Amino acid sequence: MSAQIFPRNANAIAIISIVGLLLLIGGIVAALVGVYLSPWYTEVGNAKAQPVPFSHKHHVDQLKIDCRYCHATVEQVAHAGFPSTDTCMSCHSQIWTNSPLLKPVRDSYQSGEPVVWNRIYDLPDFVYFNHSVHVAKGIGCASCHAGTNEQNLTAKAQALWMGWCLGCHRNPEEFVRPREEVFNMNFDTSSLTLDQRVSLVEEYQIPTDGRLTNCYICHR
Amino acid sequence: MSQRPRLHLLRLAWLPLCLLLTACHVDMYDQPRYTANQPSELFADGRAMRPPPANTVAMGSFDDQSAMFTGRLNGELAVELPMELTAELLERGQTRYNAFCAPCHGQTGEGNGVAAYRGGLTVPTLHNDRLRTVAIGYYFDVITNGINRMYSYANRIPAEDRWAVAAYVRALQLSQHANADDLNPEERQQLP
Repeated sequence: MSAQIFPRNANAIAIISIVGLLLLIGGIVAALVGVYLSPWYTEVGNAKAQPVPFSHKHHVDQLKIDCRYCHATVEQVAHAGFPSTDTCMSCHSQIWTNSPLLKPVRDSYQSGEPVVWNRIYDLPDFVYFNHSVHVAKGIGCASCHAGTNEQNLTAKAQALWMGWCLGCHRNPEEFVRPREEVFNMNFDTSSLTLDQRVSLVEEYQIPTDGRLTNCYICHR
Repeated sequence: MSQRPRLHLLRLAWLPLCLLLTACHVDMYDQPRYTANQPSELFADGRAMRPPPANTVAMGSFDDQSAMFTGRLNGELAVELPMELTAELLERGQTRYNAFCAPCHGQTGEGNGVAAYRGGLTVPTLHNDRLRTVAIGYYFDVITNGINRMYSYANRIPAEDRWAVAAYVRALQLSQHANADDLNPEERQQLP
């Protein structure tokens, strides 16, 4: 009898290594997906330090100042419009005039150098997004920036995944609201019946023929 | 011999794994172009968004002498709107007024807006005889150039909308200074 080349447990070792390798690969993939979805990567909910600790909660929720007071171009052009130092000073030349927190704003007003804020949303350059059309078609600020009115320091509310964009572009009737309520951060779209929302989609001429999911709509 | 080329190909099966390495490519995320509010090293002030050069005006229909953009006719404050007064214009003016003016002037124009209240500011009411009778171009002029402690809102409210706000201010003034005799009998019955 010749000696065995493989030990008795060779089969078991082979099976365990194959299963183990598969589990390892699966684990690595799962870990990568986890990192990809985590706030560490998406920055959702991570408030960034800013030169001035601006609070949306104070200005929007407590003072009830309209979004457009500062984001004045949101109805006309692609970007909502970041407030200039002049906009801050149109109130803070009178209110909180000695606050050390507002010193960067006052310095900027005197010197003409802009206050350099840290960007919250950095949309990839290969995505075209236009605020004005969304606002005009009855998509509320809160549809994408939900909870911003509750934030003492601004943080991302959405990771801006493409699938998330498509969710609305496929079913706009789930998210549309009356134009009068676009800037109302507390409006609940589910307070309308589906029929009411479907008729809003019709009234605002939101295309439902599939055009909204064409690649070219966002990647132009 | 016939199996050899196929085996050769099989040995290249790991190549698609290289695709994983490309997944981290971010070239297209930040393309060599500017978007709004980006910093720039090219310009001395560090801004990609360029302020218009001094003493330049927009091309096209812009007429810097017209009442539409100055609020004045022949040097005098315009007494009429440079456009037709419609319900849409008033509604437009209402949304602009509530967004830009109400924080100080209050939603009725009494000067009791939240910024005035919280800041302890004295904001004049819009409901006095001087302001009720002043030319409508006055409101356009104040929104455009500011007055006293009020800043200019010209860079946030386009000229057409400034006229809409002026028209809405007139409507607000009427709402607080209406004559009961102007109502028809049905409406008068609803008065308290």
